[in-house]
Amino acid sequence: MQFLSNLIGGVSLGSVYALIALGYTMVYGIARMLNFAHGDVIMVGAYVVFFAFCSGGMNPLLAILIAMAVCTLLGVTIERIAYRPLREAPSLAVLITAIGVSYLLQNGALLLWSANPRAFTSVVSIPPISLFGGRLTIPGNTLVNVVVCLVIMVGLWLFVNRTTPGHAMQAVSEDRGAAQLMGINVNATISLTFAIGSALAAVAGALLCSSYPMLQPTTGAMPGIKAFTAAVFGGIGSIPGALLGGILLGVIENLSKAYISTQISDAIVFLVLIVILLIKPTGLLGKKRVVKV
Amino acid sequence: MGQMLAVKNINVYYGSIHAIKDVSFHVDEGEVVTLIGANGAGKTTTMHAVSGLLKLQSGEIDYCGTVISKLPAHKIIRLGLAQVPEGRRVFSGLTVQQNLLMGAYTRKDGKEAIQNDFDMVYDLLPRLKERRSQPAGTLSGGEQQMLAIGRALMCKPKMLLLDEPSMGLSPLLVKEIFQIIRNVNRQGVTVLLVEQNAKMALEIANRAYVLETGRIKMEGEATELANNIEVRKAYLGAQ
Repeated sequence: MQFLSNLIGGVSLGSVYALIALGYTMVYGIARMLNFAHGDVIMVGAYVVFFAFCSGGMNPLLAILIAMAVCTLLGVTIERIAYRPLREAPSLAVLITAIGVSYLLQNGALLLWSANPRAFTSVVSIPPISLFGGRLTIPGNTLVNVVVCLVIMVGLWLFVNRTTPGHAMQAVSEDRGAAQLMGINVNATISLTFAIGSALAAVAGALLCSSYPMLQPTTGAMPGIKAFTAAVFGGIGSIPGALLGGILLGVIENLSKAYISTQISDAIVFLVLIVILLIKPTGLLGKKRVVKV
Repeated sequence: MGQMLAVKNINVYYGSIHAIKDVSFHVDEGEVVTLIGANGAGKTTTMHAVSGLLKLQSGEIDYCGTVISKLPAHKIIRLGLAQVPEGRRVFSGLTVQQNLLMGAYTRKDGKEAIQNDFDMVYDLLPRLKERRSQPAGTLSGGEQQMLAIGRALMCKPKMLLLDEPSMGLSPLLVKEIFQIIRNVNRQGVTVLLVEQNAKMALEIANRAYVLETGRIKMEGEATELANNIEVRKAYLGAQ
């Protein structure tokens, strides 16, 4: 029973990783860049929820919606100002810029909101569920994490595979030049991708801080790196891959904490990533890009 | 029948390489015009300059009275100038039907009109109909070429740019593709065709330009060029 509880905890954490991983994987799939500032957008989203809900007393759903709007604006602005001018630049330049934006956001938050950790009140008010005569308790947070993650995944999958803007995204992801020849505005498509990824980051920020109720300017950094790992793990560029990678990562991390060591659980997570990439370099669900001459 | 496309003294650079040098040509409404030339002569570069994927260093391109050389590619297609790119470049993860829908991406004239054009494309290219729900990546080379042509037709172009449609296809399929191009032209679509297969291209074209290391070397009626001794030696394999 203890094992089941740890497993469920892992799935819950993994759901949040999956939500964050979506932002990485979609941006990589469409814009072919790693947006290392993504984790810090989560942090900004969490602060917005904190001020609106935890200290402002606003309705939690409304607070999350506001955070989504703020993060969408932030993500699109970052793309417009920092990444778009580098569209034709070597990928290393874009990567370094993304790391720069990440530091900018962290230090901006430090300046605005100080380094003092804030106690985050959970946005979830659902009571825990008791199963097997009280031997297994599933916290309300866990339920919400998993349900929100699944609903968003299904919604996004339908959007990408069943709508014209979704098909346009796939077209840009496969062949930017050919997509332009169809009349698809590549810049607008990339903006849309950043908007979606950043809105999901706000949701992930609220959920993350509801499960781990401490918020500070570096809150997004580690989950960001782990979600990036999850995206690579599942196969970067793949939406189902982000879900699978996120959940697996969460489960591995939680089980390592429970049965091996809380101190080296992160090391184990990254070790598993290295092993997977050695065996399957494209990640679990990643496709090999065939380059035809 | 007036000039539909006028390329005026364009220069295009690929990095530091001066790929297109002072090239001028024009295509009249209803014509099939071909640009022939060897590998690396600048044919595809010229195509990309027309469709807006490459920017000009100098010169101007007019299409139906509009200067298009300053417009981005995704706006040029809205004017009815579609390109079938070299190497087909179909979206392999999307189905045949979805690829065709991407071709109709810019259209705002309603589902019914688009449905009519689906029927038209499937009529012209019946093989695509059989494979409509198959991912484009699973099609054969010839079928992918047909899809690339069908996809471009879905935007209801007034003019079609075709870049090496015969590349990598068997002689029988090449014939079929050229027959399709001829049919498209008969339906009123003006065609600019870039080809290495000069023999086939000169057979269906009204006029032709010969491109050599980034410059126009010769121009004239297609039949005339097909009998020109230099062209025969260089491009048609005559001794």
